[in-house]
Amino acid sequence: MSAQGETCDMPAGDLLRVNDLQTEFRVEEGIVRAVNGMSYTINEREIVGIVGESGCGKSVSQLSVMQLIRRPGRVAGGEVWFQGRNLLQYAPNGSEMRSIRGAKISMIFQEPMTSLNPVLTIGRQLTETLELHLGMHKKESRKRAAELLDSVGISSAESRLDDYPHQFSGGMRQRVMIAMGVACQPKMVIADEPTTALDCTTQAQLLELMLSSIDSCKGALVLVTHNLGVVARYAQRIYIMYAGRIVEQGSCREIFYNPRHPYTVGLLKSIPRLDEEKGRRLVPIVGTPPNLIDLPSRCAFYPRCPVRTERCLTEDWPELEPVSESGHMARCYYSDGRADA
Amino acid sequence: MTTYIIRRLLIGLFVLFIVSLIVFFSVRLLPGDPALIYVSSQQGGSGVTQEKLDEVRKEQGLDKSVPEQYIRWVGNVLQGDLGKSIQYRQDVGKLLGQRLPVTLILGFISLIISTVLGTFFGLLAAIKRGSWIDTLVTVLSYVGLVIPVFMLAFILIYIFGVKLHMRFDGWAAPWENFGDFVKLSFMPVICLATVPLAITARQMRSSVLEVNNMDYVRTAWSKGLRERVIVTRHVLKNSLIPVITLIGIGIGIIFGGAVIEETIFSIAGVGRLIVTSVFARDYVVIQAGTLIIAAMIIFINIIVDISYGWLDPRIRYG
Amino acid sequence: MDEVFVIGEPETVAAPAVSSWRRFFRILFQRKLVMVSVFLLVCFLLVAIFAPLIAPYDPYKNDMAHTLLSPSWQHLSGTDSLGRDAFSRLAYGARTALIVGFGTVAFAAIIGVFLGLLAGFLGGWVNAIIMRVMDALMGFPMLVLALLLAAMLGAGIQNVIIALGVATIPGYCRLMCAATLSVKENEYIMAQRAIGAKSLRTMLKHVLPNAIQPIIVLVTTMLGTVILAEAGLSFLGIGIKPPGAAWGGMAAAGFRSLVSVPQHPALSFAPSICIAVVVFAFNMLGDGLRDALDPRLRGKL
Repeated sequence: MSAQGETCDMPAGDLLRVNDLQTEFRVEEGIVRAVNGMSYTINEREIVGIVGESGCGKSVSQLSVMQLIRRPGRVAGGEVWFQGRNLLQYAPNGSEMRSIRGAKISMIFQEPMTSLNPVLTIGRQLTETLELHLGMHKKESRKRAAELLDSVGISSAESRLDDYPHQFSGGMRQRVMIAMGVACQPKMVIADEPTTALDCTTQAQLLELMLSSIDSCKGALVLVTHNLGVVARYAQRIYIMYAGRIVEQGSCREIFYNPRHPYTVGLLKSIPRLDEEKGRRLVPIVGTPPNLIDLPSRCAFYPRCPVRTERCLTEDWPELEPVSESGHMARCYYSDGRADA
Repeated sequence: MTTYIIRRLLIGLFVLFIVSLIVFFSVRLLPGDPALIYVSSQQGGSGVTQEKLDEVRKEQGLDKSVPEQYIRWVGNVLQGDLGKSIQYRQDVGKLLGQRLPVTLILGFISLIISTVLGTFFGLLAAIKRGSWIDTLVTVLSYVGLVIPVFMLAFILIYIFGVKLHMRFDGWAAPWENFGDFVKLSFMPVICLATVPLAITARQMRSSVLEVNNMDYVRTAWSKGLRERVIVTRHVLKNSLIPVITLIGIGIGIIFGGAVIEETIFSIAGVGRLIVTSVFARDYVVIQAGTLIIAAMIIFINIIVDISYGWLDPRIRYG
Repeated sequence: MDEVFVIGEPETVAAPAVSSWRRFFRILFQRKLVMVSVFLLVCFLLVAIFAPLIAPYDPYKNDMAHTLLSPSWQHLSGTDSLGRDAFSRLAYGARTALIVGFGTVAFAAIIGVFLGLLAGFLGGWVNAIIMRVMDALMGFPMLVLALLLAAMLGAGIQNVIIALGVATIPGYCRLMCAATLSVKENEYIMAQRAIGAKSLRTMLKHVLPNAIQPIIVLVTTMLGTVILAEAGLSFLGIGIKPPGAAWGGMAAAGFRSLVSVPQHPALSFAPSICIAVVVFAFNMLGDGLRDALDPRLRGKL
């Protein structure tokens, strides 16, 4: 890996490689390290889940990759290698980043009710990306926009182009967001809690829709969520985040069947499963998420960890260590499986 | 949308009705006998006789009960008869016809200037948030809000009238003498426009800042649009919506300011008319004048509300 | 000891109840301008209250031998056309402003809040009528309405208070009505579980804490607005007339000294500047209070 600012050769298949990303927010009480040294990769056409509870930094990390972080936050360090270039070297609003956003990397947000501009037609919000990134003319872009709406399951697409967001239901608005996300056939789509605001049945439909849309434009999907169920079903690889860092990563199977970090174990133990015997009590993780202001350098999960020892308090948080041959890694001194007792 | 308009109009009419009640019954608060006032101003103290008083009472309908007087007055107004001014002995309608255009022209110009400049500076301050432009606009709009209208007039008069020996009293219509119109109008217009400009700039600034934090603006950024496009296409329209309602408030402020500014600059407008009528106890003019002003403000507010509804698609396509 | 926390819900962690008073004052005084404003207002209050002690001369006493003097050490702001010491009149003018300001705001706030609560609580046609009356009051330019009422009621400070009070009632009324309505919406949710009846007292208990903050901000800003409006009234010669000391009236009288010779701009500018400074201070304080009381900032990370 070459120094920050230069290009780098990435192994074939690698789409995105994030190195030691750090994003901080300056608040009255101090500095919040929302992303505190996060590294991960996304390969082409992969479906990757980034899982963690609210406030763990998963959304902020994705916004950092797209350079959408504004005052009082800023990306404080790290590298984001995309197609051989470090995105963080570019100005957030410069032409390079603008040509990537929406066209090569796009984002689908959580709140369909507020993520669409209420005074512009749906059609306009679709055609503006098409015209900008694909250079289409009005007629062309309108036709393509109608096709996109149709592909996400909105009937009478052509006439609905002239409708306003408030004339659509929440689920339909999210479909529009999906259409906007894949409009320019990006290489990578980041979906930030895309279905949290919707009811269960709609959630399932929308996820399937998202996957097939992204699949048809041959893109990768980064699924950012706190919902383990969603991730279990769709993701190939999973990153578990806590307090701004990745604490465990591995294939879907490895994470769910052989969790090693006490936090992951706790997560899995706290959700009910259909294939379990009845009567098992749900085991919550005790305590509350950490205050991210002026974090100590020891393990952030320490206060809530069932297998902690003296060592965890006195020494720094360890690096990610391999747990198996296949790329399963965990950030714990005791990742030998004792947490899953 | 049509239901919205109709509803708005009906409410407006009802409000106007209440306004007429307020105007009418306030004037009845006038200490003293209206008939006495009328007669003594017409003919001096010596002309006050019982017959004259009775005559006037009958003529003005003052011998009837108060509600009846009200109905009589409203009836007259609706037929276009606003009464006869006590101090000017003129038909009030005609009087207003002379004075109203003056106030309206100055008011209209001030309104346009304050709205256009206010939106522009507010937008500028918000976009360049934290820069010296932002600070300057914020400070100046604050000053504009707290400075009394007459103080601004004093400053202008001192600089232009006293030191530069420009004329500052009176007014000329643009069709009579355009040069004089400009020379005599620019100070009153500055006085009238300052407060609405300050209010508009502040509102626009906070509006834009608020819209900037909205999710849909973040979505626009994530699509890779340029800043200029985002501002003009996504931010501006949304920010303007609350500012439009300020036009309705602005017109009220301008009329209020007109009262003072016309007095200082000796402009023969409606504001000054009302003030002199107050001193002359000319209740006929006071009634008519305040009613007309309130009616205009309410009407303009109805128009503002309707265009607000039209601008916001959520209301337009309900 | 440890709270139970269930993963899987997008739960927002409740902010610890840090001493909110300390936070309040810290945010309030964060901006230097707010501190300056508080200082200015304190000065204003002191001058107004202790005017008889501060004023070197009797503000109502004419002295035809010393008319229209320029500012000097004997007469800090000069003398007016009747030889009265302008500085003393300024001090007493502060008193007038204070009385009118607080009197009007108290009058309007009490009536407005009461009407707003009524309108919100009772709803229906009571709400409709009250709101339309407020619309009607707001249909007049504030100065015109105050002019109308003050002129009709006659001269005197009480009448000015009533006139300005009536003109400013709508602001409080609307605020209170909106606050009551929003609580009413939530109350229905609570009422499903509650056994007791939804009474006026319970409404008050829920509405007041919600509404008290924007009302405080409104009151502060209105103090400035009312003083400005009163200045306009006395400038026109309505309400508080000479020999009573009111800043607006003084400015009007000083106008003559501005445009004619001999020139004494201090006579017209001094009271005007006093008005501007006091109104600025109230507005600034209102802004500061608004920021300090903003619930969105509470416990913000």
